[in-house]
Amino acid sequence: MPIRTVMKANEAAAWAAKLAKPKVIAAFPITPSTLIPEKISEFVANGELDAEFIKVESEHSAISACVGASAAGVRTFTATASQGLALMHEVLFIAAGMRLPIVIAVGNRSLSAPINIWNDWQDTISERDTGWLQFYAENNQEALDLILIAFKVAEDERVLLPAMVGFDAFILTHTVEPVEIPDQEVVDEFLGEYEPKHAYLDPARPITQGTLAFPAHYMEARYTVWEANENAKKVIDEAFAEFEKKFGRKYSKIEEYRTDDAEIIFVTMGSLAGTVKEYVDHLREKGIKAGAAKLTVYRPFPTEEVRELAKKAKVLALLEKNVTFSVGGALFQDFSRALINQKEKPILVDFILGLGGRDVTFKELDEVLEISKKALAGEEFDEVNWIGLRKEIL
Amino acid sequence: MAVRKPPITTREYWAPGHAACAGCGCATALKLATKAFSEAMEEKYGDPNAFAIAQATGCMEVVSAVFPYTAWKVPWVHVAFENAAAAASGVEAAWKKLGRKGKILAIGGDGGTADIGLQALSGMLERRHNVVYLMYDNEAYMNTGIQRSSSTPYGAWTTTSPPGKYSIGEDKPKKWVALIAAAHQIPYVATASIGNPFDYVRKMKKAAKVDGPAFVQVHCTCPTGWKSPLEKGVEIARLAIETGVWPLFEIENGDFFNIKIQAPGGGAKVKREGGKIVAIEFKKPIEEYLKLQGRFKHLFKRPEAIDELREQIKAMWKVLGVDVYLPKPEE
Repeated sequence: MPIRTVMKANEAAAWAAKLAKPKVIAAFPITPSTLIPEKISEFVANGELDAEFIKVESEHSAISACVGASAAGVRTFTATASQGLALMHEVLFIAAGMRLPIVIAVGNRSLSAPINIWNDWQDTISERDTGWLQFYAENNQEALDLILIAFKVAEDERVLLPAMVGFDAFILTHTVEPVEIPDQEVVDEFLGEYEPKHAYLDPARPITQGTLAFPAHYMEARYTVWEANENAKKVIDEAFAEFEKKFGRKYSKIEEYRTDDAEIIFVTMGSLAGTVKEYVDHLREKGIKAGAAKLTVYRPFPTEEVRELAKKAKVLALLEKNVTFSVGGALFQDFSRALINQKEKPILVDFILGLGGRDVTFKELDEVLEISKKALAGEEFDEVNWIGLRKEIL
Repeated sequence: MAVRKPPITTREYWAPGHAACAGCGCATALKLATKAFSEAMEEKYGDPNAFAIAQATGCMEVVSAVFPYTAWKVPWVHVAFENAAAAASGVEAAWKKLGRKGKILAIGGDGGTADIGLQALSGMLERRHNVVYLMYDNEAYMNTGIQRSSSTPYGAWTTTSPPGKYSIGEDKPKKWVALIAAAHQIPYVATASIGNPFDYVRKMKKAAKVDGPAFVQVHCTCPTGWKSPLEKGVEIARLAIETGVWPLFEIENGDFFNIKIQAPGGGAKVKREGGKIVAIEFKKPIEEYLKLQGRFKHLFKRPEAIDELREQIKAMWKVLGVDVYLPKPEE
C-alpha cells in the first residue's frame, strides 16, 4: 500500500532515490539541497538503503564519482543546486557524451553574485546545452515522481542520457506538503534492474570508455547525443503512460489548464505553475479568457506540444525565472525557435520575474496581464519585461 | 634445458601501437605499473585481471585511447583532467556494491595530480578508497606542450618558465606530492623511478596489495619536454637517483619518523643508524644528471642557480630525515 504522508521536497527526493535503489550515491551538501544527502545518510545508516554513499569533498568530485560509478555499470544518483551544479558543469557534458544515465535532483537556486540562496532556475537553465534531460516539478509529489520517471527514461536503451529534476528552492525544498510514497514492489516493477550493455568496467570483458575522438569521429559522437534527445520525446511519453497505469498520477510534457478558449495563455515551469493556475481561475471569474500551461519537460524541448499549444491562444505570456542577458529568458528563445516558421503563430511576450527568491504573487501577475492585454489589443508592448523591479532602489 | 622465469609477467595490459613519443619514459612507467598490478592481483585474489583503471587527461590518456583504437587490455575509463581520483572513487564504490574483488588504479600526470587534481586526490585518500593512485611525474604539463607545473624542478626551462634576462627558468622549488599524500596517513606512499624498475615494480605491487589507498609517485623521463636523447631515458632517470635529485622512499601510515629510504647507488656512501639511513654522501654531482637535458642547459652559465638547486635538494632530504652531501663537479 502506498503511504500518504507529509514531507518537504528534499525528503521526497531522498525517498525517490531510496525507492530507485541506486548502488552508488555521491553528494556534497549545498543549500537548499542539504537535506537530501542528510536523509540519504540516514537511510544508509539505518540499513534502509543498500548503497555506497561517497561523501565527496566537492560537487565536482560528486559528479565525477557518479560518472566513475555509472561507467562501472551501476545506477547512480546525486543532488545539488546553484553553484554546486555550476561546478559540475564540465563533467555534465562528459556524463551525457559517455551516455551515462545518472540522475541529479536539483533544488533550483540562483547563481552568485550577489550570493543568494533562494529560488530561480538559472542553475539548471544554464546547463540546458549539456545533453541532460530536464524535468521541473510543480510540487513535492512531482519531485518524487519525476525522479523515478527520470531514472526510467534515462536508463532506456533508446535514450541512455543523464537527467536532472528541478524543484524550487525553499518554495518546495523546505515546504511540507502531502506526498504519497509509492510501494517499493511497484517501483521495482516500474524501473527494473539497470544492466547496461555499453558501460561496465568488468575485467572479464575489458572496454575502454572516455576516449579521445579526432575530427573524423567527434561530430558523429555528438550527433548520437542529439538522436538520443530526440528519442527521449517518445520514451518520456511512454514512461508517463506507464507511470499513470502503475501509480495513478498523470503527467505530460506540457500540462494545460483551462486553455481551450483562452486568448492569453501563461506559460511557466516549477512551483510558479500552481500560482498561475490559481490566477487563471481568478481571471476566469472576472470573465477574462486566460489559461495556463506548465512545462514538465524542458529538455528534450517539447517542440510539437508547444506548436499545438500555440494554436490555442493569441498571446503566450512566458513567465521565467532566468535570464539570458541582452536576449530575454530561455523559454522565450525556445518558444520563438519552435514557432518562427509556423504559418499561424501567437504573439510571444517574455516576463522575467521571481529571481533570487523574489515572491511572485497576484500583484506581479497583474503586471504580466496588463502587458499581455496590450499585446492582445495590438498596441505597442515590450518583448522582454522585468516584473516586480523595485525602481526606487535602482 | 632450464628456462629462466622472466623478472615480471609477460602479460600485456598496455599494448604496443599507442601514440606516445619515441623514448617516452611514462609509457614504460605505465607498462610496468599494469604488469606489477596484475601480478599483485594474481597473488592476492588469484585473478591477474582483477583491476580497472581511471585515468586523468594527459599525455598517457590521449596516446592510449584514440577512438576507435585503444591500447588498454584492462577496463579503463577517462573522465577529465582534475578528477581521476574522484572517478576512481566512484568505480571503487560500484565494484564494492557489485561484490567484485580487486583494486582500482587511478593514474594522473604531475599536472593532473599536483595541481588541478590535488583536491580530488586529497578527498579520495581521506575517504580511504581502495585505490592506488599512480602519479607519473615528468615534471611539466607535457600534453599541452611543456608548460610548468608545481612539480617542475627549480631551474628547468619550460614554455612558461623560460630563462631570460630576468629569469633563470623555473624559480620555485619542486612540490613533492608524495609527502602531501603521506600526510593523509594512508597505508602506503612511495616514490619510484623508471631508473630503478625492480624497486618500482616492488613498490607498485606493495601499493596494490595494501587494503585501502596508496600513492606512488614515479619519476619518468620525457625526451620531448626535457630535450634529452631518446635512448637515454632510463639512464637519465637512474642519474636522478644516483645524484640525489630523486629520493626513493616509502612512508607507511603517515609515519614520518620511520621513512624507509632506498640506497641510491652510484657510489654514494650511506650511513645507517639502527638500520635507518641517516646520511648519504653522494659521489656523482647533480651536474651529471642536468647536463644530459636541454631543459637545464642554461644553468651551466649560471652556476649559482645550480648551487641553489643543490640547497633545495638538501632541504628535501632533510624533510626525509637524511643529511646529504652533494659534491660539486670539481671535487
